[in-house]
Amino acid sequence: MENYLTIFTEYDIPGAFWVNIQLTFWAAIGALVLGTILAMLRISPVASFQAIGTSYVNLIRNTPLTIIILFGVLALYGQLGFNLGGEFHENFFRLAVMGLALYHAAFVCEAIRSGVNTVPLGQAEAARAIGLSFMPAARLVILPQAFRGAIVPLGNTLIALIKNSTVAAVGSVATEASSVMKTMIEFRADIVIPIFLTFAIGFVIIVIPVGLLTTWLSKKLAVAR
Amino acid sequence: MSASILFDTPGPKARRRILAINILGALLGLGLLAWVIFGLAAKGQMQASQWDDFVQANTWKNYLLPGLYNTLQAAIYGVIGSVIFGLIFGVGRLSQNKLINGISTVVVEFFRAVPVLLMIVFFNVFFSRTLALGGDTAMWAVVAALVFYNGSVVAELVRSGVHNLPKGQREAGIAIGLTRGRSLRYIEIPQALVAMLPALIGQFIVILKDSALGYIISFNELLFYARTYTSPNGNVLQGLIVAAAIFILINFALGKLAEIVSRRLSSRVKKEKNAPVPVGVPAGLPPAAGDTPDKGTDPNPKK
Repeated sequence: MENYLTIFTEYDIPGAFWVNIQLTFWAAIGALVLGTILAMLRISPVASFQAIGTSYVNLIRNTPLTIIILFGVLALYGQLGFNLGGEFHENFFRLAVMGLALYHAAFVCEAIRSGVNTVPLGQAEAARAIGLSFMPAARLVILPQAFRGAIVPLGNTLIALIKNSTVAAVGSVATEASSVMKTMIEFRADIVIPIFLTFAIGFVIIVIPVGLLTTWLSKKLAVAR
Repeated sequence: MSASILFDTPGPKARRRILAINILGALLGLGLLAWVIFGLAAKGQMQASQWDDFVQANTWKNYLLPGLYNTLQAAIYGVIGSVIFGLIFGVGRLSQNKLINGISTVVVEFFRAVPVLLMIVFFNVFFSRTLALGGDTAMWAVVAALVFYNGSVVAELVRSGVHNLPKGQREAGIAIGLTRGRSLRYIEIPQALVAMLPALIGQFIVILKDSALGYIISFNELLFYARTYTSPNGNVLQGLIVAAAIFILINFALGKLAEIVSRRLSSRVKKEKNAPVPVGVPAGLPPAAGDTPDKGTDPNPKK
């Protein structure tokens, strides 16, 4: 037991999780913005906009996240010299955030689209009847309801994002949880299972409240019909 | 479907405007594509020497195809394992025994919350210390992680599939004297499995994508080969694009398959619902001679 407790003084485990939370936070903002734009493109009446949105979603959703993150580090940075500013490690962090945001934007787009499908036809007809054109109708009537209908799939995407933030390890973000765990279990062969359980329970502690919050929010914000 | 919610049928003026925006959007999209291609060309990434590796038989025979083979092998083991794991714990979550139910719930919720990568890293070290798997350690670590995570998702699919069945199915089972477990096994699970087939194919896509995480423990799958082969030649960018293209093609095809299966299933359900119920024909009898089978009049198509 004492042997086990030394890992907390030897390694900064809360700090590792903090890196994952930061990755998740910035990537979630990026994914939400890009995903909303993509959803707007896909539900617009303009065929070329729909095509752009659909190709993005189909390409990104079917690509492994590992390749996307690796692309940021090896291709964009390594081969093209693409730099997102900041010092050496900061740059990798930002590239990882970018990869996570680009990947999850496709899922956010699909979540919002499924939310739009929960809005009854009458709402759109009423919006048009009072003279709103496409953008005002979308902004004032459809999207607010669509977001409320999309809370569960959006919450699921957020949970996936939290877990996928560990894939930043592929993108040379060496301070996040899975990289720290890898170092630890390689050096502390005597307590491999306790170390894994520590990190696993850490994720359970982060993920389960998000799930409960999602369920609670979706019930509280459900549009009464 | 969403388009019909948002728009009236456009009139002549709106149609002209949509056409104008459409052309603008097309130019924008093509412009974006051109910007990427010319940007790459300006950085010297469009030279034939960097791409012609991927049209040579040697590259495919010795690197990409063996990699793809390993990827698919891990994915298929992952799928089989996930279905078995999912059936066991899905049924466990439906059990009325509080202990079995509790254990299944904890297992499923735990493995759904733990990142796959964390499990891959753990199993890789754990297996190499405890089991003598030799060169296959990395693959089995990937397979184990995929089974634990996706198996938990499948368990939830099984549970929701059974919950979504009409209540009459279970009641009928109990009415003919089956126990709760037997009604589950003979009546409810088979139907739930058919209903969850599209979601199961979707999970296959997830498994295939996640198998690429094996890269981090040097499992020699497609991505790993694509990277190690191109690294010395300085065309990693091109290698990653080719690897991504292979994944996209396979996953896109699987996605389409899921759509087709889902459409088939939903049309079958609709047919059954709308099918006229023949009066006086005992259920289970073959349709009367001359009845075309696609009419959907067979009251008991699955027997």
